[in-house]
Amino acid sequence: MRCWAKQLMGSGGAMARGLLPRYLLLLAQENLEFRLPEIKSLLSLCGGQFSSQQEIHINSPFWILNIPSEEMARGLMRRTVCAKSIFELWGQGKSAEELFTSLKNYPMEKMVPYLQSNSTYKIHIHAFNKTLIQEEKIKRIDALEFLPFEGKVNLKNPEHIFWILEDYGMDPNNIPEEPLDLYFGRWIADGQRELIESYSVKRRHFIGNTSMDACLSFIMANHGRVKANDVVFDPFVGTGGLLISSARFGAYVCGTDIDYNTVHGLGKASRKNQKWRGPDENIRANLRQYGLEKYYLDALISDASKPIWRKGMLFDAIITDPPYGIREATRRTGSQKEILKATERGTENHISISSNYHLSDIFFDLLNSAAEYLVMGGRLVYWLPVYRPEYTEEIIPRHPCLKLISNCEQMLSSHTSRRLITMEKVKEFEDKDQYSHLLDYQSLLYKGHNSFREKYFSGVTKRIAKEEKDNQK
Amino acid sequence: MKLLTHNMLTSHVRGVRPGGGFPLRIQATEVKVNNVDFNQEFVARMIPKVEWGALVEAAESLGHLSDLPHQLPPEYENNEDFLRKVHHVLLEVEVMEGILKCPDSGREFPITKGIPNMLLSEEET
Repeated sequence: MRCWAKQLMGSGGAMARGLLPRYLLLLAQENLEFRLPEIKSLLSLCGGQFSSQQEIHINSPFWILNIPSEEMARGLMRRTVCAKSIFELWGQGKSAEELFTSLKNYPMEKMVPYLQSNSTYKIHIHAFNKTLIQEEKIKRIDALEFLPFEGKVNLKNPEHIFWILEDYGMDPNNIPEEPLDLYFGRWIADGQRELIESYSVKRRHFIGNTSMDACLSFIMANHGRVKANDVVFDPFVGTGGLLISSARFGAYVCGTDIDYNTVHGLGKASRKNQKWRGPDENIRANLRQYGLEKYYLDALISDASKPIWRKGMLFDAIITDPPYGIREATRRTGSQKEILKATERGTENHISISSNYHLSDIFFDLLNSAAEYLVMGGRLVYWLPVYRPEYTEEIIPRHPCLKLISNCEQMLSSHTSRRLITMEKVKEFEDKDQYSHLLDYQSLLYKGHNSFREKYFSGVTKRIAKEEKDNQK
Repeated sequence: MKLLTHNMLTSHVRGVRPGGGFPLRIQATEVKVNNVDFNQEFVARMIPKVEWGALVEAAESLGHLSDLPHQLPPEYENNEDFLRKVHHVLLEVEVMEGILKCPDSGREFPITKGIPNMLLSEEET
């Protein structure tokens, strides 16, 4: 099935049109919805803006972007986990002939520096949605004879790498004989896809039941435009997985969690085959594992519904995954009575917890504290659980100080999903009470979230029942 | 707990006057110094965000003042000597065991294994 969610991206001012160099971005075909906000955020972080002279097929692995400089393109690739590679685009076409014509029109003076006789090069062929045999590849390279390659071919360690990229569409059941689009370009840089493997939760020292997938946690840091020397805060820090990606990008990190055992790395292990957590399983050791301990500020035990910070623009980004009550309980500090009960059970010498923390209150508190403690232009990135049959954009929590930047869905089951919400602080926070009436009205809208847990489980139960029924047929 | 974190923390115990509850007094029974790579840009960036008086007071109370001046010197951005001292105090000195005491209410928050416990009961907020 082909899904061309077409979107025409405005470029910055007519003046810039046609003057900016064109780059071809090759994207990975996963987390499709998260890609555009990532690329946009990163370009703005590099001091540019997202611009394309032509239609971008949002689900395609090929996007043509206008980027003012090669340095900016490299900056983008130093951060992206959604894109694989970027190329300086020399030519493109709907057929081989069109590609050749386009290449012949590419200014010679832009090619020559990379085709010198004292240089080495190779040509790489990449076909999307088709496997080419060696013979076909050689044919394509030979067809480029008309380009003035003066250098020597070096397959192992070439100075310049040129790519022929062919797009055979998105439908694996209907692969056309000829490519739908062809591109030729000079390879500039690869993205950070290897981080997904090297930061995999599988090999992480300290994990919890809800540790975030490495790719998504890097996407979150990118949506949050985290940069070197920032201070990033996670109010539901858990085992600190989200701090790792921000620290990897050079930000100093801190977090709080209401769970004493989690912050101290005590109690039952989340790993299979391991009953109790080891002596050094904690957030700091996690950062140390990746050589990032220097970016660790602190982890504290605190209730996200009760502020512990003094006034001031303290954080450059707040990146978090609040508990939905599915795999981790939603809790906040309870009353004295409940505490007494807890003490009877012989828990720690500290106040311990627990009364239900409604999801709508979690988001209310989260937005308010982001509005208060973020620097101007700082970003809040968090997951919002959604019961899909009842979802409308209206339920996305709003705040007068925060502007919605992006909203990307990740499916969890047929009826439930979570949405990665990114907001940016655009207005000074004045007085908490001033916002309460606005938020009261809003909280009515997303009261529905409170029963997310019930809905989630009812959906699951129904599905299992249906699957069992289907299997019996 | 690092002193940078301490400098951002406040007590929100019920009844504390607006802007009160800061800085929390540190009563440490164990203090540790950990080496942290010096990052001049970060330290210079954090200084304007820090409540200088509270930082000096906290460092002094731990016996780790490290020659920090009571007044923030002018044009410190390129004063590497000074920034190294601030770096040491902000990021290397850590309170491992002790308590944080609210200056207004007297409420105490324990620090265990370097981790402050800021939880309050419902009645206290």
